[in-house]
Amino acid sequence: MSALLGRYAGVVGEDVVGQLRQLAVPLRGKTIVHINSTSAGGGVAEILSQLVPFQRELGIDAHWEVLSGNEPFYSCTKRFHNALQGMPVDVAPALLRSYEENNAVNAERLAPLLRDADFVFVHDPQPAALITHFPTRRGKWIWRCHIDLSRPHRSVWRYLAPFVSAHDASVFSVADFAQVLPHPVYLVPPSIDPLSDKNRELTPQEIDGELAAFGIDRTRPLLLQVSRFDRFKDPLGVIHAYHLVKAFVPAVQLVLAGGGAVDDPEGAAMLAEVQAAAGDDPDLHVLWLPVDAHRAINALQRAADIVIQKSIREGFGLTVSEAMWKEKVVIGGATGGIRLQIANGHTGFLVSTPEGAALRSRYLLRHRRRLLGMGRNAKQFVRENFLLTRQLREYLTLMVGVGRGGTSMVVSI
Amino acid sequence: MPKPLGIPFVVKDSALIQLATGIRAQNVRELRDRIMVVPAACIDYHFWSGPLRPEFTDPEYGNDFASWAHHGLHDDKLAEQLACIDPAHSDDIEALRHELLDVLERRIDEGEYLTWAKPDQQFHFLSPQLVVFDTGKRIESPGDLAAAIGAMSTGSIYFHFVQARRRPPRCVDDFRAWLEPLGPEYEAVSRALANVDPFFTTLAGLRDELKHRLADHLPVAA
Repeated sequence: MSALLGRYAGVVGEDVVGQLRQLAVPLRGKTIVHINSTSAGGGVAEILSQLVPFQRELGIDAHWEVLSGNEPFYSCTKRFHNALQGMPVDVAPALLRSYEENNAVNAERLAPLLRDADFVFVHDPQPAALITHFPTRRGKWIWRCHIDLSRPHRSVWRYLAPFVSAHDASVFSVADFAQVLPHPVYLVPPSIDPLSDKNRELTPQEIDGELAAFGIDRTRPLLLQVSRFDRFKDPLGVIHAYHLVKAFVPAVQLVLAGGGAVDDPEGAAMLAEVQAAAGDDPDLHVLWLPVDAHRAINALQRAADIVIQKSIREGFGLTVSEAMWKEKVVIGGATGGIRLQIANGHTGFLVSTPEGAALRSRYLLRHRRRLLGMGRNAKQFVRENFLLTRQLREYLTLMVGVGRGGTSMVVSI
Repeated sequence: MPKPLGIPFVVKDSALIQLATGIRAQNVRELRDRIMVVPAACIDYHFWSGPLRPEFTDPEYGNDFASWAHHGLHDDKLAEQLACIDPAHSDDIEALRHELLDVLERRIDEGEYLTWAKPDQQFHFLSPQLVVFDTGKRIESPGDLAAAIGAMSTGSIYFHFVQARRRPPRCVDDFRAWLEPLGPEYEAVSRALANVDPFFTTLAGLRDELKHRLADHLPVAA
């Protein structure tokens, strides 16, 4: 067993890693290409940075390619992102032209790899139009949707649906998000990597070192939300919840930590709004972190008493599992994949309003023993369900299924 | 002392992936109507695949329909009636579909107020794809079975102990199917295995229970 696989076996058990190795046997030597729109920032890039090396370790010729694009392209795809998650946003024809032109340029650049690949995973809407440039492709193309597509703005979905439909299969994170498409639609929740800088164990000294610059008082209760500065993550709602808690627990502090990604032009504007709402409260820390600040986020999550992820729409919300892996109770918005990760009352609490987040925060700060018990439950739940090894197993299963059996109920290999 | 036997037990493993069908139900009438037409694979999935999916607590109900009646519709009477359906008892999936429809029709005929699930708690009909593969491992002697089960993946436990029950013609778990022809000395252990309910627990819990039951009945091979 390689060193990498051995490290995973140490966390999830040898039986789990052994199963992955056997499942990968029919895929050894096959070429798999993952394509997305950013190499850093956001959950997709994080997952791919871990998944691709693991697939290579299993003998699969896995590649990760990142789309290049100009400003109108990213502006267009950000509008797609918002519209697909339900905002009534229309996209001007000039931006749609830019979307198609950028996909054409990337198709030409990536043609040698994509034409002959056995499997191509196209992540999210940004590269969805690539497929139109490969009418004689050899392999199976799979569209992987990481966002909540349950109630898309119809005009934008009408535009994108033909590109998506041209793929051989789609993958959504949960059934609620899936659209009806003319090909098999698989369900694969995402996962976290227990060995990454963001999730690995840290010593108390490492945590102190990472937090030294932020001015956080380690002796007082700390609430934390880690997420992009994005309207759907409701950072303003979190500030409201913090104010409600502060009235009862004056010592409480709040950290809103996040960054931006190159494909998110709205991040800076949202940050400005959050900073204005934060005002000059010395106990409210708004941290704009670089995309590679994984250890800092790890330290913040470990230092927090309670982690909040009060999204109002969410693709999946992997920061929930990240915090749970560190034995933290998460108060999450009752939306999307957050509902799959939090067993309400057992591993955290699901809430629908800032008032709900405040109520649960006060309860947990009052009942420290419950807080610790639920935190232990949370880690075990993530170990069994939301680690990278589970997601990899499902991708391998999917590829074997798509490659061998179509949608047959049982495929023997 | 059990002796090594001629036909070894072939240890297989399995991995499940779920497919969405886009078919949903929001009340008991819709559930009835959809069950009439969904592919047999959907019925199979919602009765048999629960153990392979994430659950925090031990599953309270033996199948997804019963669980949704409780959690989505808050109709506990219906949930209890649906939970009593034993999928292994039906000859095939179509018989199971009819049994399911009978329960739903009876509940509809009772004519009580029709409860609706919230839009984000609808019942989603899913179907399974199970990839099965040979692990290359063989168990030569019944005395080695307990230790071997303790080292199996949960996918192996699912395939041999849960999924095997829906495989005709015998519809029993693979461990019993291997032990029973070996002679009367294995009747007691077979009975002990038959008494393990594969539902209402996690696969890891099931693995531990099987290991202990076997260890109690089968001495380890010398």
